[in-house]
Amino acid sequence: MADPILDIRGLSKSFGALKATDDVTLDLRPGEIHALIGPNGAGKSTLIKQISGEIAPDAGEVRLRGRSLSGIDAAGRARMGMARSFQVSSVAPEFSVLQNVVLAAQGASGATFRFFRPVMRDAGLLETARDCIAQAGLSGRETVPAAELAHGERRKLEIAMALALRPALFLLDEPMAGMGTEGATALGDLLDALRHRAPILLVEHDMDAVFRLSDRVSVLVYGRVIATGTPDEIRTDREVQRVYLGEEA
Amino acid sequence: MNRAQIVNAALALGLLGFGLGAWAMGETFLVTLATKVAILAIAGAGLNLVLGFGGLVSFGHAAYFGLGGYTAGILAHHALNYTAMFEWPFVYEGTTSMPVIWITAMLIGALAALMIGALSLRTTGVYFIMITLAFGQMIFYFAISWPAYGGEDGLPIYVRNGFPGLNTLDPVQFFGLVCAVLFAVLGLIAMLAHSRFGLALQAARQNRQRLMAVGIRPGGVLLVAFVISGAITALAGALYADLNRFVSPSMLSWHLSGELLVFLILGGTGRLFAPLAGAGLYIALEHLLGGVSDHWQFFFGLLLLGVVLFARGGVIGFLAGGKRHG
Repeated sequence: MADPILDIRGLSKSFGALKATDDVTLDLRPGEIHALIGPNGAGKSTLIKQISGEIAPDAGEVRLRGRSLSGIDAAGRARMGMARSFQVSSVAPEFSVLQNVVLAAQGASGATFRFFRPVMRDAGLLETARDCIAQAGLSGRETVPAAELAHGERRKLEIAMALALRPALFLLDEPMAGMGTEGATALGDLLDALRHRAPILLVEHDMDAVFRLSDRVSVLVYGRVIATGTPDEIRTDREVQRVYLGEEA
Repeated sequence: MNRAQIVNAALALGLLGFGLGAWAMGETFLVTLATKVAILAIAGAGLNLVLGFGGLVSFGHAAYFGLGGYTAGILAHHALNYTAMFEWPFVYEGTTSMPVIWITAMLIGALAALMIGALSLRTTGVYFIMITLAFGQMIFYFAISWPAYGGEDGLPIYVRNGFPGLNTLDPVQFFGLVCAVLFAVLGLIAMLAHSRFGLALQAARQNRQRLMAVGIRPGGVLLVAFVISGAITALAGALYADLNRFVSPSMLSWHLSGELLVFLILGGTGRLFAPLAGAGLYIALEHLLGGVSDHWQFFFGLLLLGVVLFARGGVIGFLAGGKRHG
């Protein structure tokens, strides 16, 4: 088996008496979509934030391609290829689609403190950005301000920005939230293609999508991973049925 | 040319035309008034870099304006009185050369902005507004209580400082010089706004979380903008001291910080020419309404209310329409 891209070991985080993350260990292997599911309040977002570097864990560590990320902030991790999307779409609303993606390409290049040449005439950044926009399926929408995009398009814009970061992995927090069936299916097809660029850690509530797309599923309840396995294993796992799937049925 | 460019060109030509027209008709006072507009526009342009592009509401920009003013005043004071400013490591008696004064003022403004910004940028929102105000007031009270340079009474500059090749005592020559500085500063800000740095700065205004997620730390970007902003506003302060041939703590007062904010709100924050439109309108109304009523600021307040309620993009937003997207 190939070495994991992302390796999370013994991660714990408490807020007062609440154990939001309780000794979580999981990994993400090349080419896979690893879904993270769990009921509301299970600590999915807290876990994602510890992986992305927005909050620091109390114990345990996150490794990217074997390298410990302890002490590296969110910006540093992004430059190492950790490409994140947010639960609530997070883009620069006044910028056009193209400007948003150029910003991501600029971030990946690591050269922000340049004061003279116009960035929107930087051939290298523009080429990267247009390419990523095309891959995310937003061609023709380059000049539209992000605030005027439809919900699904804004999700695609986040994907385009993630692609511009030269991703080592994608960290996608509920990318299908709020999308109609058709939109969710189309986005699912896009994610299915993206896994070959970089593996995806997918937090998602849409169970159909999770079971259709994922290679592996981990179930988080009260901050703990109670099961990890293939979609079929998870579907038939007694414990999972009791605490999670049963509730929905 | 699009509408915004036409409005900008009209503003620039309007300033030059007004100043030169007043000069041609021998109205020296109006030339001075136009010069004042141009200088305040430079100060506002400095603030616009952090407020309009970076989204930082600094309520303490009078600090840099006043520091620039005192730089001009103190250097000239020593030079005109032939007293040593310091004697170690060498004897220095100040200067009356504008280029030297400008560079010194910008360095001092940048240094002050670096220190104030490094501390203030740890906060956001209302706390940022309050902490910048607090630093501004600290410097204000320091100037009042420091008798060596006039304290509360201020410091006169007996003869306006000189610029090589120009007679700065001639109002129209000084006006031309100030306009050249103004357009150079606006050109600099336009260049910065379109650079990689400017893209990150404008993203920091809109969404700091997203900026972090693409690998750019907002703190460094905002601090650099703050430092450049402080330098520009200090340069304006040095020019203002020379315009009035006088420096006083009022240049450091929070009223001035507020006026700079008002210029931008009137003109349209984040628009390159907002400070010129805002300062021009403010000074014109002060002059015209002030002649009618001592309470002109009441009517001015009504106008400001109208702009905030009905023309969120300020005068330039009203005339030129929404911003372009690249």
